[in-house]
Amino acid sequence: MRGKSWGAVVALHLGLVAVLFALNFVLPVYHQGVLARVMVLAVYAIGYNIAFGYTGLLSLGHAMFFAAGLYGAGLMGLHFGMAAVPAWAFGTGAGALLALVVGALALRTAGVSFMIVTLMFAQAVYLTILYFGDITHGDDGFVVPSVSRTLAGIDLSQQHPRYLVGWALFSAALLFSLWLVRAPFGRVLVAIRENEERARLLGYDTGARKLGALVISGTISAASGAAYGLLFGYVGASFAGVQYSIFALLWVLLGGAGTVLGPFVGTLFMFYLIDLATEVTDAYMLIAGVVLVGLTLFAPQGIVGEVRRRLWRDLP
Amino acid sequence: MTDTPSKLLSGASSALPTRRQALKTLAAGAGAAVTMPLWSRYAGAQSAEPIRIGFGKHATGIGAAYGRWYERTSVAALAKINAEGGINGRPVELVTEDDGTDPKRAAEVLEKFASQSKCDIAFGTLFSHVVIGAAPRAAELKLPYFVVSEGHHVASGMLNRWTLQPGITDVKSQVTAMAPFLTNTLGKKVTMIYPDYGFGYDHRDNLTPAITAAGGEVVAQIAIPPTETSFTKYFPKIPRDTEVIYHVMVGPAVLTFVKEMGEFFGPSRPEIFGFIDSLEAVDMTSPGLEFLEGTYFWEGMPRYLQADAPDYVKAYRDAVGIDENGASTSDGADVSTAAHMFGCWETLHIIKAGMEAADYKSTDDRQALIEAVEAMTDMPAGPDHPQGAKRFNGKTHQVFGPQYISKVTDGKLVVAETVGYEDTLYPDEVDYTTMSF
Repeated sequence: MRGKSWGAVVALHLGLVAVLFALNFVLPVYHQGVLARVMVLAVYAIGYNIAFGYTGLLSLGHAMFFAAGLYGAGLMGLHFGMAAVPAWAFGTGAGALLALVVGALALRTAGVSFMIVTLMFAQAVYLTILYFGDITHGDDGFVVPSVSRTLAGIDLSQQHPRYLVGWALFSAALLFSLWLVRAPFGRVLVAIRENEERARLLGYDTGARKLGALVISGTISAASGAAYGLLFGYVGASFAGVQYSIFALLWVLLGGAGTVLGPFVGTLFMFYLIDLATEVTDAYMLIAGVVLVGLTLFAPQGIVGEVRRRLWRDLP
Repeated sequence: MTDTPSKLLSGASSALPTRRQALKTLAAGAGAAVTMPLWSRYAGAQSAEPIRIGFGKHATGIGAAYGRWYERTSVAALAKINAEGGINGRPVELVTEDDGTDPKRAAEVLEKFASQSKCDIAFGTLFSHVVIGAAPRAAELKLPYFVVSEGHHVASGMLNRWTLQPGITDVKSQVTAMAPFLTNTLGKKVTMIYPDYGFGYDHRDNLTPAITAAGGEVVAQIAIPPTETSFTKYFPKIPRDTEVIYHVMVGPAVLTFVKEMGEFFGPSRPEIFGFIDSLEAVDMTSPGLEFLEGTYFWEGMPRYLQADAPDYVKAYRDAVGIDENGASTSDGADVSTAAHMFGCWETLHIIKAGMEAADYKSTDDRQALIEAVEAMTDMPAGPDHPQGAKRFNGKTHQVFGPQYISKVTDGKLVVAETVGYEDTLYPDEVDYTTMSF
């Protein structure tokens, strides 16, 4: 990528970060709350995008990593009264460890088998949460105690602190993602996605790199889950269900798989699509479905993917 | 989403009205004339601005059958309240949003009620995980949140001062109230069959000590994983000396469960007692349910019109639109969730009473509304409380009321015994009134 073009790319991403920061102070309260939630969930989508969008690993079980972070942080707060930062770190670490173990086993398969194996692992995690209901509060879930929702004396359940923490996490994940895909490691991931055999022939240990990608992906997803629990105050098994794995896939596909901005755009688009459709009709899922079909037909590479195809070919 | 009357009537008019606009104006004028007696009741109020109640509806997801009936009951209750002059002389309207029976969406819906729809309060929602997921947001938004969930999560102290359950009893009082009937009437040795997750654990953890206290014994606890679709392998685990089977299976597999239980026992079965939650919105005459003839069920409120039903119960049923079998008057196959939906009716009447006691005028009075409801105690049976006489505990934010035990007789549920609210009380586990707002 030429230097000038890269400068524009960096400016675009930093510009988004700056705009999101400024929006904290100007948005109406409802949309500010929505954006805080979308940014935290977009981190989950960014994590998913590293596995799926850049490495070609189509996982149907990423909710297990999100849930590992969510429960890792939430349970530390519930049972041990752990403060926000160590609870978040614990949740993120739990997701990293789970990704390492699942990756080591699931990456023995590929393609459809990988999808099924990740789906099964996620289902096992979901049922484990239900099985150990005495600890996890099962399907009901639990409210995260306020002691874990305080950072340096600041109440994270309040509007502005929550937004800013969500913004900080999102910004870090976005810029890390931008750096990663341009770094040699990220370029090898793209090579694996395009033609794993050729990457291996070039001398790359593709197995190790795929495992690395999955661990990074799972860790970022868990960081999102841990933050979600601490910022929004609820931990429940529904977040480990298969639909939350599908959500990540959907957000990334809509926004543009293999684009840095795609996960955020997809998450934001999907939220407002549902939210606005409910204003129009009770059959809002029909509207959402029609729009999604239309998008798939006319922008198969997702929103940011189409922008890259038509307007900005160097967009990462 | 439910459109508001103000939204419907407030089209911007241009300088030169078109024929369509003129017709619209005429129609609005005619409507206003027809409803003049209704509107004139609000004239004395300081503000005729409607009170907006945000209703989190399980329109999609696992709770959809409940959501449909919760909405019908709520609409009927508000029609009655508005016909009687509204609240503090102001009309009341429902702002409905689908929560997808999903805790994440339910929290978002509360945010929408508080900031977008400009609702005064939030109300609704049955499934426990949805309530628990949304309640923290209610406290953060300082939005009174009246739930109709029957979960023990309110009275257990898990939630917060902004969340109340004044219109439906909780599972702990329901289950413990059943124990004396089980041991005195059906048998001393009880085997429990329940789903292996939260809902089942509520029954396991509350019934077992209650049965012991009532002089009986739980001889086996059989937990069935939620993914199970066939149950034949579990029935041999039922001890031979079992006198009563207590079952609370829920979900789509319940018909299979009943059918296979019938095939296992044949004509020589023990006594069987279940919670109607298993068969809410399910026709009791469905194929496969014949085996339930002669068995007993807990009901929050009788589904079938009972011979001795008072007039206010008949009026409630007529208003909601259910026939003598508890199905929709417009579609006999659309069976109601009668054992739970009365909670919406009663909660809305409590909201009215609370707002009037607090002299509620605007969202600035939300805290006063909570305090007014916390001060409530006895609620006599009548048009506002058709399910029966209740007592509200302001400290635990939980109401206590009668419980009904019905026997399946000729394919219908006939009330065999009623337990008064006095026999459903248990010691307080929390005092929300000591918590700050």
